[in-house]
Amino acid sequence: MSGDAVDTSKRRFLIAATTVVGTVGAVYTAVPFIASWMPSERAKAAGAPVEADISKLEEGQLIRVQWRGKPVWILKRNQEMLTALPGLDDQLRDPASVDPQQPEYTQNGTRSIKPEVLVAVGICTHLGCSPSFVPEALPQPYDPNWKGGFFCPCHGSKFDLAGRVYKGVPAPLNLEVPPHAYISETLVLIGDDGGAA
Amino acid sequence: MGMLVNFRDWIDARFPLTKMWEEHLSKYYAPKNFNFWYFFGSLALLVLVLQIITGIFLTMNYKPDAEMAFASVEYIMRDVEWGWLIRYMHSTGATAFFLVVYLHMFRALLYGSYKRPRELLWIFGMMIYLALMAEAFFGYLLPWGQMSYWGAQVIISLFGAIPVIGDDLSLWIRGDFVISDVTLNRFFALHVIAVPFVLAILVVLHILALHEVGSNNPDGVEIKKNKDENGIPKDGIPFHPYYTVKDIVGVVVFLMFFSFVMFFVPEGGGYLLEAPNFEPADPLKTPEHIAPVWYFTPYYAMLRAVTIDIGPLSAKFLGVIVMGAAVVILFFLPWLDRSPVKSIRYRGPICKIMLGLFVVSFVVLGWLGTQAPTDTKTMMAQVGTIVYFAFFLLMPIYTKIDSTKPVPDRVTG
Repeated sequence: MSGDAVDTSKRRFLIAATTVVGTVGAVYTAVPFIASWMPSERAKAAGAPVEADISKLEEGQLIRVQWRGKPVWILKRNQEMLTALPGLDDQLRDPASVDPQQPEYTQNGTRSIKPEVLVAVGICTHLGCSPSFVPEALPQPYDPNWKGGFFCPCHGSKFDLAGRVYKGVPAPLNLEVPPHAYISETLVLIGDDGGAA
Repeated sequence: MGMLVNFRDWIDARFPLTKMWEEHLSKYYAPKNFNFWYFFGSLALLVLVLQIITGIFLTMNYKPDAEMAFASVEYIMRDVEWGWLIRYMHSTGATAFFLVVYLHMFRALLYGSYKRPRELLWIFGMMIYLALMAEAFFGYLLPWGQMSYWGAQVIISLFGAIPVIGDDLSLWIRGDFVISDVTLNRFFALHVIAVPFVLAILVVLHILALHEVGSNNPDGVEIKKNKDENGIPKDGIPFHPYYTVKDIVGVVVFLMFFSFVMFFVPEGGGYLLEAPNFEPADPLKTPEHIAPVWYFTPYYAMLRAVTIDIGPLSAKFLGVIVMGAAVVILFFLPWLDRSPVKSIRYRGPICKIMLGLFVVSFVVLGWLGTQAPTDTKTMMAQVGTIVYFAFFLLMPIYTKIDSTKPVPDRVTG
């Protein structure tokens, strides 16, 4: 090869090889930065179960407890509310709770362990707002035939008093029922069911 | 004087100071027929500077900590000398930024400023718009009020709608199982350094692309086609001093409106700073009525407008797609528009009607996004969404079949 001639194919190979190796290095270097955005060990450890005392809960009353930073509702339904539930089936997206939004032991008509006590994560399955509790069966601007339930003010999703989602609203799924168990008649443990599921 | 000239020459021998000054100001020839709509580019730059300066001063007293953030904003408002003014300047600036940018974008729609050879200029501009939306979103979490919290909750949940990876993606963005101190801290980092840095780079690219192709004008005539013997466009005038001086007038009028809002209605009746944001964030309770700040409401209305599932795709996912597509489709504008003319002045009636409908749909959707959802309003939002998309998706057809008027050779003054 004479002095001034350039072997471009070798040069191209070296450029390509350098680019590939450099890119691989850059990707590996990005890993720690991207991974640093995942929940930290401290955040992961903060998900402990919580206890809730429902001895003072009256019929028709709802209390909120915080579990993993989320609102969890405990609602004691009265007989009237329970009777109304089966009649709504044809207006609901998933009346039989087929989608896995609850532990197996609450996959029933009331979506609860005790028929009257609903335990549900109060976060709309649409975009994460916390729906309002509207228990009275009175006409509402968003539903003239309102039978009582939860209404999400953010995007108008509607749920019945078992947290089952209505048809024709943006939320795709029923409200989540967290794993829970009764330690005693009036004490609920939320976030742990002792492996019952 | 001689000393100053010598000093300038000394710099010019080491840095292209005079060259840059001439290229971008004193010898950048802009069309002589700029009208009202051409104020908003330089005003956007002004607001950017205002936001950076007020932002820097706010960080001096703000605490990016879930326990302290809300109180530190109140501290700025009540105890820091002139803190209220700096804070209101920043919050009013956010609104002003979007207002000015929307008018700037509307100008491009009016006069076809996105059309060849300005496609890249338009794309850089759209990237600025995206960065601006991100910046506004991250910034709104920082006061850690009820709206900050629940607004961020909704937007981050949007990513959860993406099939398969959605849940992990929103977990990654939050850095926690719910929006927490972790989220606040990283949003602070993104808001004060990462996004502003990107924004500044994009603004430089936008201006470089503009000065490469030259400014469009209300006639949509390329002034570079008619040059005098010195190679200067016959219809061009140097940006400095002609447009710098003109823009000062715009700045003065703009600052009058800006000051009025900042001093007398900084909350803008709940549209600029929302009432629930004067309550500290409460993860257990969503405010009764939640709506984004006005500049996001058109997209928010489109998100809510989708209420039907299509096959396996849920309404939730489709809503997110529609919302995303409403922004993304703007990027394709230069290739959707097949009209042989640029400016609305020489376009036919169909283009004018479609642009009018588009503006109406955008404004109506913006209003609907502030309202609580009812059946009628959801239906209106559905119609608005269809009109919004029809403007873009039918554009290749109606811009082609529409009549045009002859475009003059030179600008009409």
